[in-house]
Amino acid sequence: MELTGAEITVRCLAEENVEYVFGYPGGAVLNIYDEIYKQDKFKHVLVRHEQAAVHAADGYARATGRTGVALVTSGPGATNAVTGIATAYMDSIPMVVISGQVPTPAIGMDAFQEVDTVGITRPCVKHNFLVKDIRDLASTIKKAFYIASTGRPGPVLVDIPKDVTQFRAEFEYPRNISLRSYNPVTKGHSGQIKRAVQMLLSAKRPMIYAGGGVILSDAAKQLTELARLLGFPCTNTLMGLGGFPASDPLSVGMLGMHGTYEANMAVHHSDVLIAIGARFDDRVIGNPEHFYQEERQIIHIDIDPSSISKRVRVDVPIVGNVPEVLTEMIKLIKASKEKPDQAALKTWLTQIELWRSRDCLKYDRSSDIIKPQFVLEKLHEVTKGDAFVTSDVGQHQMWAAQFYKFDKPRRWINSGGLGTMGFGLPAAMGVQLAHPDAMVACVTGEGSIQMNIQELATCKQFNIPLKIILLNNRYLGMVRQWQEFFYGERYAESYMDTLPDFVKLAEAYGHAGRRIDNPAEVEDALKWAFSAEMKEKLVFLDFRTDQTENVYPMIPGGKGLSEMILV
Amino acid sequence: MRHIISLLMENEAGALSRVAGLFSARGYNIESLTVAPTEDATLSRMTIVTRGSDEIIEQITKQLNKLVDTVRVVDLSDGGHIERELMLVKVRAEGILREEMKRMSDIFRGRIIDVTDKTYTIEMTGAGHKLDAFLGALDKSAILETVRTGASGIGRGDRILKS
Repeated sequence: MELTGAEITVRCLAEENVEYVFGYPGGAVLNIYDEIYKQDKFKHVLVRHEQAAVHAADGYARATGRTGVALVTSGPGATNAVTGIATAYMDSIPMVVISGQVPTPAIGMDAFQEVDTVGITRPCVKHNFLVKDIRDLASTIKKAFYIASTGRPGPVLVDIPKDVTQFRAEFEYPRNISLRSYNPVTKGHSGQIKRAVQMLLSAKRPMIYAGGGVILSDAAKQLTELARLLGFPCTNTLMGLGGFPASDPLSVGMLGMHGTYEANMAVHHSDVLIAIGARFDDRVIGNPEHFYQEERQIIHIDIDPSSISKRVRVDVPIVGNVPEVLTEMIKLIKASKEKPDQAALKTWLTQIELWRSRDCLKYDRSSDIIKPQFVLEKLHEVTKGDAFVTSDVGQHQMWAAQFYKFDKPRRWINSGGLGTMGFGLPAAMGVQLAHPDAMVACVTGEGSIQMNIQELATCKQFNIPLKIILLNNRYLGMVRQWQEFFYGERYAESYMDTLPDFVKLAEAYGHAGRRIDNPAEVEDALKWAFSAEMKEKLVFLDFRTDQTENVYPMIPGGKGLSEMILV
Repeated sequence: MRHIISLLMENEAGALSRVAGLFSARGYNIESLTVAPTEDATLSRMTIVTRGSDEIIEQITKQLNKLVDTVRVVDLSDGGHIERELMLVKVRAEGILREEMKRMSDIFRGRIIDVTDKTYTIEMTGAGHKLDAFLGALDKSAILETVRTGASGIGRGDRILKS
């Protein structure tokens, strides 16, 4: 039977077992929305801004591992989506974005709400398509889901002109798809894996450095087994938190610009470093020249060959899917008669404990002003470390990463690569919809939350009972911190004057809120937010925190791993 | 170092801008780029001449490979290869220049493909340096217009780039 393009689009989404579509209607996608109205296979979540649709799809994808789906109209709908798409691209999140386009005869005519969407998004998508022929629609959507979710995942955009949604074609959804130009590797090179294992077994000061690739490929189990089997210490990147349990004695916490003293020192002084699904970016190792000052051998496992030897030369590159490569390694290690040098390992772990005893995350616990770190410790306590935590970008993000000890993967959801303020709230919506019974906390700042505050309305409409943990210091805190350290305390435009009354604002949107001024009230407020009584409600907690608190340790831009500013 | 990179891509709309965009976004330089469909109309063949350190060239080939539309990438400079470029030059051909231009064209194995009473248009193919040499050998004021295609390259012997 022949179906219209709009019917085909909706049928394809159903075929992909899509659970939620996050979107916003408009002229070019009206036919698709008309078909969404008529079906009940998936739910549509109406956001209040297209950027939020993409972030929500992103949060959903990060929390589940499934492909997120967003639907936007042409022109401003698509341009509003770009920040969300770029965010997903930088963090390799599987996502399909469907955008409407003006009818094919109008393309290039500067038509109403026309923009070159495939052109604008080309640098920030894994791939994109403009569907000009209705007969290609179903196979294109199939390709989009396939490309988005395989290899190094990423967002794929499908731009559909309005007339294509009206035309008719036979509908058949392809079962399988193969592309001669796209064949992502999965299995690592066995010779390289052998070399890597030998290198690991001969290490005296080994270090495991695990990134977001471990989360994306669901390799937390294999990573944990590898680290424990060898007894090697492990650090996680901002994107990799939860890939190895933070409560494990072998965990040294996060590394990088705001990583722990022990993690940065251990990576810097290691003799064998194994990078797993991580990419040595500037926020992680700082200046590569400084990194080279210490000699070490590097093993690098990544699904994307272009991530290898991009910023740092490596000795044993292994291109492959992380869980498969780690499984192979574990097998070889178990079969090997060789064991790591226990005496050397003991000396190394003792050294790491010495670094750890520097207590780099200490802060003033006797303060009568609320310390942001204290709120996060309490959040961890009250939620028993079992919440999904999303964040925006800035100081609060770093404190959440440092103080909420993640033991499980997919629990920590933040914009690591692009650093998108305004990500936290819409991402949390996607997370909460994916896990309706879970505790979901959006840790945010008063700068970030205002970038997508309108989504409080979406939360009301769809009964999304997430909890907003606002660390309100009346400053763009990270900007303020840099200005204090590097700009002679000239606080240019970093003070947030005339803030709204967030409690009243939350109430105006139909939610509950509370303002907290004293450390003594912190725990009670958090318990209230996560109480059975508030289970069905969105709760907005406005914590008035210390205005001058800084994130430590800090590696200044351009410096190296061992050049931290410590408190 | 100068490298000549060949790639086979799906002959899809936007393939060229994906490649051009990759080079500009990552700050790689393009000395020349040629593109046309192959005998298989679903495939485009591109030849890119670029310069960079070994690390940069490695990244360029990896990034090109990463494009979803890319079928194959080869750095022709890694082995024996042949490259040719086509140039059309319009020169002044009056008075004593008329004989001189004909002679120069013959020496460089060019072909005169258009003639007026004042001009010749010369077609010449060869490696880029040969075309440079020809232009260098001409009196600058005699050159009215030049147009070059940029290099096309192919591996020697059994080095074959196929899908």
